[in-house]
Amino acid sequence: MLGVDDPWVWGVYLLCISSTLICVVYGVLNWNKGDEVEDSELSEEIAWVEQEEKMENEELGL
Amino acid sequence: MRSWGCDMNLLLLNVIILIYLLITIYLGYRGWKGTKSSEDYMVAGRRAHPYIMAMSYGATFISTSAIVGFGGTAGLFGMGLLYLTLLNIFMGVFIAFIVYGKRTRKMGYNLGAMTFPELLSKRFNSRFIQYFSGLVIFLGMPLYTSVVLIGAARFMETTLSIDFDIAILIYTVIIAAYVIWGGLRGVMLTDALQGTIMFLGMLALLIMTYSHLGGIVAAHQALTDMASLVPAKLAAQGHTGWTSMPTAGSAWWWTLVSTIVMGVGIGVLAMPQLVIRFMTVKSGKELNRAVLVGGVFILAMTGVAFVVGALSNVYFYQHMGKIAMDAAGGNSDSIIPVFINSAMPEFFVYIFMLTLLAAAMSTSASQFHAQGTAMGRDIYETLTQNKGRSSILVTRVSIALAVIIAVVLGYLLPGNIIARGTAIFFGLCAAAFLPMFTCGLFWKRTTPAGAKAGLVTGTLVTIIFYLFIHKAESSVLGISKLLLGRDVLITQMPWPVVDPVVVALPLAFLVTVAVSLFTKEMDKKYIDKCFEGIR
Repeated sequence: MLGVDDPWVWGVYLLCISSTLICVVYGVLNWNKGDEVEDSELSEEIAWVEQEEKMENEELGL
Repeated sequence: MRSWGCDMNLLLLNVIILIYLLITIYLGYRGWKGTKSSEDYMVAGRRAHPYIMAMSYGATFISTSAIVGFGGTAGLFGMGLLYLTLLNIFMGVFIAFIVYGKRTRKMGYNLGAMTFPELLSKRFNSRFIQYFSGLVIFLGMPLYTSVVLIGAARFMETTLSIDFDIAILIYTVIIAAYVIWGGLRGVMLTDALQGTIMFLGMLALLIMTYSHLGGIVAAHQALTDMASLVPAKLAAQGHTGWTSMPTAGSAWWWTLVSTIVMGVGIGVLAMPQLVIRFMTVKSGKELNRAVLVGGVFILAMTGVAFVVGALSNVYFYQHMGKIAMDAAGGNSDSIIPVFINSAMPEFFVYIFMLTLLAAAMSTSASQFHAQGTAMGRDIYETLTQNKGRSSILVTRVSIALAVIIAVVLGYLLPGNIIARGTAIFFGLCAAAFLPMFTCGLFWKRTTPAGAKAGLVTGTLVTIIFYLFIHKAESSVLGISKLLLGRDVLITQMPWPVVDPVVVALPLAFLVTVAVSLFTKEMDKKYIDKCFEGIR
């Protein structure tokens, strides 16, 4: 198979490709899911980003 | 190897690097300008083209260690290394993002945690966990940081025909400038540029290698036919060829399966600088999209590096009559640089050097940052209760210290070190952090005592293994020889070649669960706060 005799090796070659395909299918099916952001989550995010920025600024000494 | 006499070469190289730096500066400037307030920052993130958003993930995943170090290891071990790619995709992307990522993001927010040790210490309400974890990171990570620098420097050494020691210094200056200039910000556009360069570079490398060797099947067949060329010394340890697995249970098999595949493949789940990315992801949607891009990207990075690394044996045999390891002067870290320099067109060699520069920059920045915060926030702040200016100063001094340690180690470490150094740190993180991280996320009954016991068990068992059991390290460190008069405590096979992670990780899990069952549960109110919104 594919110029490789050992099934453990051609097997993993194909498994790598198929697991990538699973990732692609999962990503496509869920591409827009998790997008419906509620107000509470939005404020959560703003607070999050603000805190992160403050922290980075402190570290950079800005 | 090319000579450096021709002015055209120098011109071509300078032009390519200059264009790259100009684009990076321009994108960085646009990123800074466009994000005045935190809301701007967020909106920009939400409206970004999915491609931009997606590629920026990839750049932080992969370092020179994966491409140069493990690619070279594939030149030595063969295509069995693809099991690591499989785990990288399955564990590092699918499980990490969907199973761990979503919970980590939510719990990190619930507890207001900013670093990985801080998340663990707040989940279990224990300061000990924070400074002990910080210490493990600060003391363990320099090895990993250093091998990423070595990977880039080996490529510069071969391509530019300059001294390795000078190459490492040049590289460090570039990366230190990048970290100071804005690497911590992780500007999405520059990340995306780095990811794109890496992706295209590796794709081109794969296509050129296969077409050079006559196509996929012909290339593999040629490698399969080389099995008889395995040096007798390696064959005696279980090496059976580059397209077959080593003899089951042999020294070669244990090193491939336990150290390289399992140690690194599982360790990725508990890498401090990767876990923190889940905590800063803004929504579940981003994690879903990251699965698609992450999967494709990892295949294009480690999958390509391992296939090309193994196939370099065919190229070297056809052109020089040598196997890859001999063509690279016995140092597996040089296999990928030597192969690309001899087999690929000149412009591609320079593009590929940029690929590596891009890969190293995004990884090193987060490594130095993780070490700095481990010392400043997790150790200094936790132990002295001093917050504010003094802690920030300690963080910054620690980042500088981390850079210096990485360079010094870069000079001191021997050849064939990149993959091993990476595996040691990944294995240590897996054994120390994964049990309490997993139990903390998924099992409400886990107690602080259980978490601490697991952390200490995983760390100590790993250290004891490296000092007294695993021969590759214990023979170099020499402590066992000093105390016991021999390199390893147990000479019977397979113990000298069993990686610490195989014993330390299950043991640490067991201890975490057992001690938790025998100690008092945490306050229910506190647990509810940790798990708020986690379904």
